Amino acid sequence: MTEQRDEKGKESNGRVALKMVLIVIAMFGFGYALVPLYDVICDVTGLNGKTGRVGVEEATGPDLDREITVKFTGSLGAGTPFEFRPSESSLVVHPGQPYTTNYVAKNLTGRQITAQAIPSVSPSVASLYFNKTECFCFSQQMFEPKESKDMPVQFIIDRDIPKHVKSVVLSYTFFELKDNAGSEPD
Amino acid sequence: MSATAAHDHHDDHHHGPQPGLMRWIVTTNHKDLGAMYLIFALTMFFVGGTMALIIRAELFEPGLQFVDPQFFNSMTTMHALVMVFGAVMPAFVGFANYMVPMMVGAPDMAMPRMNNWSFWLTVMAFIMLLSTLFMDGGAPAAGWTMYAPLVLQGGDSFPFMVFSVHLMGIASIMGAINIIATILNLRAPGMTLMKMPLFVWTWLITAYLLIAVLPVLAGAVTMLLTDKFFGTSFFSAAGGGDPVLYQHIFWFFGHPEVYIMILPAFGIVSTIIPVFARKPLFGYASMVYATASIAFLSFIVWAHHMFTVGMPLAGELFFMFCTMLIAVPTGVKIFNWIATMWQGAMTFETPMLFSIAFVILFTVGGLSGVMMAMTPVDFQYHDTYFIVAHFHYVLVPGAVFSLLAGAYYWLPKWTGVMYSEFWGKTHFWMSVIFVNLTFFPMHFVGLAGMPRRYADYNIAFADFNAVASIGAFGFGIAQLIFVFFVLIPSIRRKGEKATAEVWDNPEGLEWTVASPAPYHTFTVPPEVK
Repeated sequence: MTEQRDEKGKESNGRVALKMVLIVIAMFGFGYALVPLYDVICDVTGLNGKTGRVGVEEATGPDLDREITVKFTGSLGAGTPFEFRPSESSLVVHPGQPYTTNYVAKNLTGRQITAQAIPSVSPSVASLYFNKTECFCFSQQMFEPKESKDMPVQFIIDRDIPKHVKSVVLSYTFFELKDNAGSEPD
Repeated sequence: MSATAAHDHHDDHHHGPQPGLMRWIVTTNHKDLGAMYLIFALTMFFVGGTMALIIRAELFEPGLQFVDPQFFNSMTTMHALVMVFGAVMPAFVGFANYMVPMMVGAPDMAMPRMNNWSFWLTVMAFIMLLSTLFMDGGAPAAGWTMYAPLVLQGGDSFPFMVFSVHLMGIASIMGAINIIATILNLRAPGMTLMKMPLFVWTWLITAYLLIAVLPVLAGAVTMLLTDKFFGTSFFSAAGGGDPVLYQHIFWFFGHPEVYIMILPAFGIVSTIIPVFARKPLFGYASMVYATASIAFLSFIVWAHHMFTVGMPLAGELFFMFCTMLIAVPTGVKIFNWIATMWQGAMTFETPMLFSIAFVILFTVGGLSGVMMAMTPVDFQYHDTYFIVAHFHYVLVPGAVFSLLAGAYYWLPKWTGVMYSEFWGKTHFWMSVIFVNLTFFPMHFVGLAGMPRRYADYNIAFADFNAVASIGAFGFGIAQLIFVFFVLIPSIRRKGEKATAEVWDNPEGLEWTVASPAPYHTFTVPPEVK
């Protein structure tokens, strides 16, 4: 394979194959790159109900002319031995004003369990404007046997939320973290 | 060329194939491997077809008759995997192996040993996949799309399925690299890219698609594997992942995949129609550009397979309009085929019959595709028998008919004898009648709301399902005619001796060599004007 091009200027078979293998490796990497890309796109656009974390426009004060109903739901991941529900089913809020509510969780087993809540907001257009300043979902929660906990979530709905949004659903799914899943970042 | 001279000298000792069975194991000859790919694909076509008939037998009447629902789900899953990866794709690779070197005037594929390796890897992949039928918990049953999280709940078969997908992916990628190198490097002097036969063009573009998307599928199934066994959470919400992400990655592969199965079919039909219409192909250059446009568009339409997952409006609009755009280059092709036949001196030998049926019935499948491209109505069609009707129309009277057309067209070149036109036509008419009887009623039950992938159904759908089942068994019998009255007699060299040209003034270098084509062709490259 000393000469890379023959007299007609064509590349050798080996070079063509090598280039194609590089494309294959790049596309295999692209498949994996889709994972962070997907998260970034969801975060930037607020699609998929992934919520913003920090309130940014607290200073402007509440918009007392608007009322939005926030409904709370809670569900359990498959095989999670808990009781899990919101302490109140809904709240009427003004955009721009911080509110706090609680979720109640109880470990039904006789062993120690670590669990984590995964949030979702719908409609997805609202998720960009739904800012949680404090949330039990930010960290893993440890439960002693039979322990029951009240877990707070503090949120502000951004004043710029589109006018047609009259109600928002905040839902959490509560998952038991198995040993291996606990080592996952994020 | 210096390389050719050296090769000739080396080959002085053995000009023919090795004697005995070892010939088929160690062969690096493109014609041997092409034939082996075709026989393998035909075998898998009957394996997958048997699974389809188990499905249709169960669905002949409402209620559970023959199989339990778990096994039924295995059948739908395995039928799709076997037909897509085991029948249609290797069949087109077989045609490429046999015909591309002859069409471009090359002595063999660019990398003959890799060719042998990719064939045997494909065989191993399917032995592994089919072995899951005998495992505890049965064969994979979560659908050929292998959606997480359902597929992660599968039994012992799950890692076998993943590794067989890896193997067939590696084999297909090696095959594609070989085809690209052959087309780019081994064309006869004077054959510029825009003088290549369309089958070669469509395969060049298909090979690039394979190289671009099969690694993405390999990545997706690897993520499934690590999610199940190594504690990652790509698709598990509990660990911060998202099951919808799987669907995005899968369909980023899956949509180009459907064009991988149809672009070579366009090439075969574009080769056959001009010969039997006795006119040159209308709009050769536009055919090339249309094929390339379809390939490009296939990368930006994937989410039309998943309109119902809760995408935002902007996404649904984007994917809807891009999908509809594909109808434009596809329409160019269909009008070109019609224009080629227009005022031609047409005759209707079996290859032409299958090609004309392809044009008509592929268009039926294409139109139902445009219907489903519309997001609002897709919410009704999604996961019903309407989509089953759609993709079977583009794959059976589409891809499979083009394969049969190609088989009839080149069979005399391969075997040196003419097949029986009577049995060919019988095969054609039975196929075309029964294929419509099978799949057309599925449109109706789909629109009426019958969901796909269930072993049982509402009694209201009973009549159309009975018709579809009768059609399916008829179609199966028709394919046996092909094997016993066309293929086997031809392989046994029973029939009229074929001339080198076989047909009336066919175009292409493959008709300049004798029938049957000698074991080595174009060891001295021909001059193309």
